[in-house]
Amino acid sequence: MATGAQTKAVVEEIEPFEAAQEIEGGVVVLIDTREPHEFQEARIEGGKLVPPGLLRDEIAAAAPDKSARTILYCRSGNRSYKAAEQMEALGYTDVASMAGGILLWQEQGLPVVATEGMSAEQRDRYSRHTLLPEVGVEGQLRMLNAKVLLLGAGGLGAPTALYLAAAGIGTIGLVDDDVVDASNLQRQVIHNTERIGVPKTESARLTIEALNPDVKVIEHRTRLDAENILEIIEPYDVIVDGADNFPTRYLLNDASVRLRKPVVSASILSFDGQISTFVPFEGPCYRCLYPTPPPAEMAPSCSANGVLGVMAGTMGTLQANEVLKLVIGIGEPLVGRLLLYEALATRFTELKVRRDPECPICGENAVEIPESEIGQFPDYQAFCAG
Amino acid sequence: MATVRIPKVLQAQTGGQSEVEAAGADVGEVLRALTAAHPETEAQLFGEEGELNRYVNVYLNDEDVRVLEGLETAVADGDTVVILPAMAGG
Repeated sequence: MATGAQTKAVVEEIEPFEAAQEIEGGVVVLIDTREPHEFQEARIEGGKLVPPGLLRDEIAAAAPDKSARTILYCRSGNRSYKAAEQMEALGYTDVASMAGGILLWQEQGLPVVATEGMSAEQRDRYSRHTLLPEVGVEGQLRMLNAKVLLLGAGGLGAPTALYLAAAGIGTIGLVDDDVVDASNLQRQVIHNTERIGVPKTESARLTIEALNPDVKVIEHRTRLDAENILEIIEPYDVIVDGADNFPTRYLLNDASVRLRKPVVSASILSFDGQISTFVPFEGPCYRCLYPTPPPAEMAPSCSANGVLGVMAGTMGTLQANEVLKLVIGIGEPLVGRLLLYEALATRFTELKVRRDPECPICGENAVEIPESEIGQFPDYQAFCAG
Repeated sequence: MATVRIPKVLQAQTGGQSEVEAAGADVGEVLRALTAAHPETEAQLFGEEGELNRYVNVYLNDEDVRVLEGLETAVADGDTVVILPAMAGG
């Protein structure tokens, strides 16, 4: 009971087992004075969330009767004590703070309502995701169970991989046969100066492992070709195309349509970037957009033409955004739309991309490509690469 | 007058201009007005027979002219013609 007789109010503190008895007995208002992400991770059943900063505004709704028995708890007992003082100042007459908070409560074996399927570390790490109603615990678990393949651990792959890893994509595959070069570091932020000469897949894996131990990285230290592509992409849920050459882009398209794998495809050159999401048979494919690759002399590459480093970040993080939406199943992916970004004007333009009924790969008359014909299209000849 | 948006990779052929105003009743005429003003763009846009190169995508506002009337697609005053090159940089 509040010791109102004293000149300076001292808040009543009760032990967790006492609180448990009162809660079991019924007639008690239980207030959780922590932040929303803490509340979501684990709480005492029946607790109503009133974060400390919102107490003045929200307490009346959570505890309308100022004379009712009210128990406050937080993580360790400090915030609930201060909140109880505030409530007494507001005229509440029967407030107690639970000493030791939910930590001591749990230590004493008392039950909590916890988020299922994630460890305490994961509930903490991904709390800013799970707080989003569109993501929630279910969305985070989808990310943790997702397998995403990145084609290229270079300009686009670097930021995409960093954000996917931070988000908790459980398995990230990296296809690249290159080693880190000093000229990469102006945009390939997953690598660093000490890793010059190290295979890009290995360098990226080291960075990802340091960022998030939840992520399993699979290194494919190779170039995609007609022989290995089906085997490499088959286990993955989503493919991210950041390839630096046209033959690989067409090869990936044909194989991913055959295996019905969604592809988030972006490209960058100088100050321009493009991105679209190809979901086979739901929207157009890469060949619907670009039926024919340009001849080599009209297909300038980054190494020949240059690229503003941050373009990789802008377009790579847009790719990561598309991947997360596909994995969680929210929002409107860029299916049937191409987003064009011009960095010098700082202008985004959205263009419509239609399925081509004549598309040899996904059109009305397309037949499933036999394995022997993957990569056998006449326009796979050598273009200017990388 | 229509506005033709020039991709960065073609701007060397337009004297660095990212947008070119061009007159024409349809997409073909607008692009021909562009190549007349900037002859070096010709080889990028058109094949030897005068047809639009298959690897060049052209949009009237946000729609691919291939699903409209191609080069005969009518252009209204104030329309935007976007030239979109395939790019493979990663």
